[in-house]
Amino acid sequence: MKMMIEDSFLEEILNITLLSLKVSGSAVLIGSLIGVPIGMILGLGRFRGKQSFMRFIDVTLRSFVNTFMGLPPVVVGLVVYLLLTSLGPFGPLRLLYTPTAMIITQLMMVVPIITGVTMSAVGSVEKAIREKALSLGATDGQAAWMVLREARMGVLTAITVAFGAAVSEVGGIMITGGNIRWVTRTLTTAVVVEVELGNFALAISLGVILLSMAFAINLALTIIQLKGARW
Amino acid sequence: MKKPSKILIVVVTLVVVVVNVLAYEQYVNSRKSVVVLATTTSTYDSGLLDYLMPKFESKSNVEVHIISVGTGQAMETAKRGDADLVLVHSKKLELEFINSTYGIHRVGVMYNDFVIIGPTSDPAAINGLSNATRAFKRIANKGAEDNAIFVSRADKSGTNMLELSIWSKLEMTPSNKTQAWYLEAGAGMGTVLRMANEKEAYTLTDRATWISFRSPLSNMAVLVQGDQILLNPYAVILVNPEKYPQRNYKGALALARFMISEEGQNLIASFTREEEILFTPIARNLELAKKLGFPDQESELAWYDAQS
Repeated sequence: MKMMIEDSFLEEILNITLLSLKVSGSAVLIGSLIGVPIGMILGLGRFRGKQSFMRFIDVTLRSFVNTFMGLPPVVVGLVVYLLLTSLGPFGPLRLLYTPTAMIITQLMMVVPIITGVTMSAVGSVEKAIREKALSLGATDGQAAWMVLREARMGVLTAITVAFGAAVSEVGGIMITGGNIRWVTRTLTTAVVVEVELGNFALAISLGVILLSMAFAINLALTIIQLKGARW
Repeated sequence: MKKPSKILIVVVTLVVVVVNVLAYEQYVNSRKSVVVLATTTSTYDSGLLDYLMPKFESKSNVEVHIISVGTGQAMETAKRGDADLVLVHSKKLELEFINSTYGIHRVGVMYNDFVIIGPTSDPAAINGLSNATRAFKRIANKGAEDNAIFVSRADKSGTNMLELSIWSKLEMTPSNKTQAWYLEAGAGMGTVLRMANEKEAYTLTDRATWISFRSPLSNMAVLVQGDQILLNPYAVILVNPEKYPQRNYKGALALARFMISEEGQNLIASFTREEEILFTPIARNLELAKKLGFPDQESELAWYDAQS
């Protein structure tokens, strides 16, 4: 028990937690910038014109997004590893076994999730809101804006779901980060190490931290959603 | 359309800031001297490296990043140019690594030994045998009768390589597919020890990991030890700078020199877990090193000592 209050021990837990937040937070932030606009465009059905070619693109893109939403993290990790390894196309950047490599891994995971959830959120309100706006005399652009405003809670959900997936992911960042102590060890990979080392008490405490983080973020989301209903 | 919303501006600003911070960190890191050491789970899990590396880092200004995997994977990592040096224990794989010109200057650092552990009930009756091969034979025989289980690392680690070489001496290639008593875990030593404990199975382990992990493993005991074949020497090999000039050869050399220096060797000798010494240094004990499979120890040591 004495060990539990040692400074270096707390320092390490703090380091691990902050790295988790940094990696997953950066991935989700950058991922939102890419995923939200794509999801909105797909959701608004801008490709669903009269031309069958555009419709073909629309269907293909949607299927891609839906497939990649379920991308197994270890596969993403493996692909990113092969891209970043010294012999790979991006080897000279020397990014393997750095937090940046982990962010890239999670970015590839979260972009489809954010795109997909945004897409369906926008899509679900699109028809009703659009028609109402148009009937009230809005222009096409104004109608689209109304749809996006109405779907904002869905976008928020997309971002939260993506963060939850990223912060709890372990297989991918294990491969690309290497699980180096003080450098690329996150909450999830630390749990793997501590279980391997048989330190179940520590593994459980790390798990609790992970769980509390997820809870705090979902709590914030719920509060925003409740307030949002009154906007 | 309305003017861009405030949220969008905030998000874009945040992204720009984050990307810049990341790029800056990457830049700072690229200027720091970082050595990537690919090594086995046994050296890491036993706590040796966490004990040794801070002492090296504090006097050398080099940061050591440890990738702890099996011996086979450690050398694969180095072969792809993702590590600067390896600390491993499988002579066969080590020589392949050198012969394929990926590695240079193999030098013995330390050794410990392997032991066969198993359930205290010992269904295969191997307790006290001094011949590991015979013990394996008995386990296989009892296993075929469904009375014993063996858990294999099955991960190309040094421990796994030794285990396979013992089976091959018996002209056996056990596999989970055909033999129900042979479990291929594909996991690190700690996990395999716990699996063996849960399943009351036999397994091969290095003594260092066993000592570090044994206290909660109440069903298990050391049954066979002391066979010559069970000696477990660890070697350091540098990644060939001609193959990968972009790697940190200087840092790797400094780290290797530290491990085989008087100071490093003394530190290894004084590292204990539960009041037991886990590794015996051999770098400067030329006779012992020769016996443990390092015929060129003297010249390699001289080479390392001549570098600066």
